[in-house]
Amino acid sequence: MLSKKQAKLFFLGGTFFFLIIFFGLTIDTLVNGVPQYTNDDKITEDVILGRHLWDSNNCMGCHTIMGEGAYYAPELTKVYERRGPDYIKATFNFPGGWRPHNRRMVEYNFTDQEKEGLVAFLQWIGETDLNGFPPKPKYKN
Amino acid sequence: MKFKSQKVAYYFFALSMLLFTLQIVYGFIMGFAHMGFDGLHDLVPFNAATATHKNLLVVWLLSGFMGAAYYIIPDESDTELFSVPLALVQFYSFAIVGVVAVIGFHIGWFEGRKFLEIPRPLDYLVAINVIVFLINIVLTIFKGKKHSTTSWVLTAGLIFVALLYLPGMVWFDNHTVDSFFRWWVVHLWVEGVWELVMGGILAYLLIKLTGVDREVIEKWLYVIIGLTFLSGILGTGHHYYFIGVPKYWLIIGGIFSALEPLAFLAMTLFAIKMYNKGNKKHPNKLALYWTLSTAIVAFLGAGLLGLAHTLPGVNLYTHGTLVTAMHGHLAFWGAYASIVLAIISYAMPLMTGRKIFDNNIGHLAFWLSNIGMIAMTAAFAAAGIAQVYLERITGLDFMVSQIEIQPHFFVLILAATLFSTGVALYIVNFIKFGLPNDEALTDGEEFKALQTN
Repeated sequence: MLSKKQAKLFFLGGTFFFLIIFFGLTIDTLVNGVPQYTNDDKITEDVILGRHLWDSNNCMGCHTIMGEGAYYAPELTKVYERRGPDYIKATFNFPGGWRPHNRRMVEYNFTDQEKEGLVAFLQWIGETDLNGFPPKPKYKN
Repeated sequence: MKFKSQKVAYYFFALSMLLFTLQIVYGFIMGFAHMGFDGLHDLVPFNAATATHKNLLVVWLLSGFMGAAYYIIPDESDTELFSVPLALVQFYSFAIVGVVAVIGFHIGWFEGRKFLEIPRPLDYLVAINVIVFLINIVLTIFKGKKHSTTSWVLTAGLIFVALLYLPGMVWFDNHTVDSFFRWWVVHLWVEGVWELVMGGILAYLLIKLTGVDREVIEKWLYVIIGLTFLSGILGTGHHYYFIGVPKYWLIIGGIFSALEPLAFLAMTLFAIKMYNKGNKKHPNKLALYWTLSTAIVAFLGAGLLGLAHTLPGVNLYTHGTLVTAMHGHLAFWGAYASIVLAIISYAMPLMTGRKIFDNNIGHLAFWLSNIGMIAMTAAFAAAGIAQVYLERITGLDFMVSQIEIQPHFFVLILAATLFSTGVALYIVNFIKFGLPNDEALTDGEEFKALQTN
C-alpha cells in the first residue's frame, strides 16, 4: 500500500514534471506561436490606445472578445467584419447610450482619435487566427 | 479553541459574510437586467455590476481562506499566532482596499480584465497586504512546536496564491499575450493552488470531525493535490483553444482538462470514505454536512460540468456563452464557497463557546442554499444551451436570441431567491453565535473521546 512518503513524492514529482512541460510550451507559444497567429507586427499605436480603452472601460464586463468576458452584449471578435467601422463608431457616444432591442450600453464620450483606436483594436483582433472561433453557423438566416 | 489569538479569524469570517451578501445583491441586479429590467442602469451599469459580483466573490473567499488560516495554523502548530496586532492591521487594510475597489467600479475605475478588474495601483496594495498575512502565518509555523502536513499544504497554497497574482500585474501590448497570462492567475488559482488551500482546510476538518488518523488523511491529501496539479497545470490549455495561440493547446488542453475531474472525484471518494471510516461522530453535524457537500458538489460543479464543455469540439460552440456561467456558479459554490462555510460552521461554536452544533436554522440554510444553487445551475444550463443553438447553430443575431432566452432568467431569479434565503439563514445563525470570547478557551481537546491521534 502507498505510504505517505510515496504520496508526497508523487505530488512533488508530478507537479515539477508538468510544470517543466508547461514552461516549455509557454516559451514556444510566446516565441513562435504568437507572432504567427496574431499579426504581432500590426500592433500600431492606435491598436494599443484601443486596448487601453477596452480595459479601462471594462468592455469585457458586458461583451466577449475571443469568447472571453461577460454574456450580456455581443461577441466582438469579428465585429469589424460584421458591422464595419462606421457602425462601430456610431455606438460609443450615442445620446442616452446605444440601445439595441432595449438593452442599454453605457454612453461614452470618446474623442475621434479614441474611436479610431477602438476600431483599430477590433480590426486587429478580427484578423487574429483563433483556430476557427467563432464558429460559422450551420444555418444562416 | 485553544489559543486566544485564534479569535482573529472571526473578523475575516464576518467580513466574508458581509461581502457574500453584497455579492448576491449584485447577482440579482444582473439577473434582472438579463430579463430586461435594467432600471438601475444609470447607477450600476452591467459592467460595474459584473466586476463587483466577481471581485466580491474573490475577496470574500480570500477573506474566508485567511480567517481559516488564522484559526487553523495556531491550532496545528500548537502556539499563539505570531502577532495579533499585525493580523488586525492586515484585516482593516484588506477591508479598506476591497471597499475602495468596489466603489471604484461604480465610478468607472477598472482594469477591465475578467476576474482581475481591480485597478493596478490597488493591485500593489493587495500584494503588500497578502505578504503581511503570509509573514504572520509563516512565522507562526516556525514558532510552533508542531509542523503538520496539513498546515504546510494550506500555507504553501496561500503562498502560491500570492505569487501567481503577479503575472496578472504586467501590461502586454498584445491582447493574446495578456489573455495568456491572465489565465495563469485565474486558472492556476482556481484549478491549482486554491485547491491546495481547499485540500488543507478539508483535511483539517476531516481530522477533527471524523477522528480518522492524521497520517491516513494527510497521505490522501498528497494524492489528491498530486492529481490536481498533474491534470490542472496543463489543463490551463482549455483556456488557450481560441485566443490566438498554436493548435497543440487544443490537444493538450483537451486531454488534461478531461483528466481534471479525477482530482475532484478522488476528493469526493476520500471524504466519504473518511466519514465512513471514522467510528466516532463529532457533535457538529452542520460542519460535517458542509464538509461532505464541499467534496460532492465540487465534483459535480467543477468536475462534471467542467468536463461537459471542455472538449475542443464542444467548447468551440459553448465558449463565451451562458454555458460557462452554468459551470462557474456550481464550481465556485461547491469547491470554494462551501469549504469557507464549512470551516466557519466548525469554528464558530468553538470560538464563541455557544455549543449549538445542530439546529433547524442551520440545516434549513444548508439545504435551501444547495438546492437553490443546483436549480440556478439548471436555469443557466437551459439558457446557455438555448443560446448555443440559436446563436451558434442557426446563426440568429445575438440580441434576438437574448430575447428568446429571457424566460430562463425568470427561473434563475426564482432559484436564486431560494438560494439567498438559505444564505440569509446561514448568516442569521452566524450572528446568533455572537462574538468570540476567552471563556471559550479550552485545552484544545473539546472532544477528548474523539481524538484518536
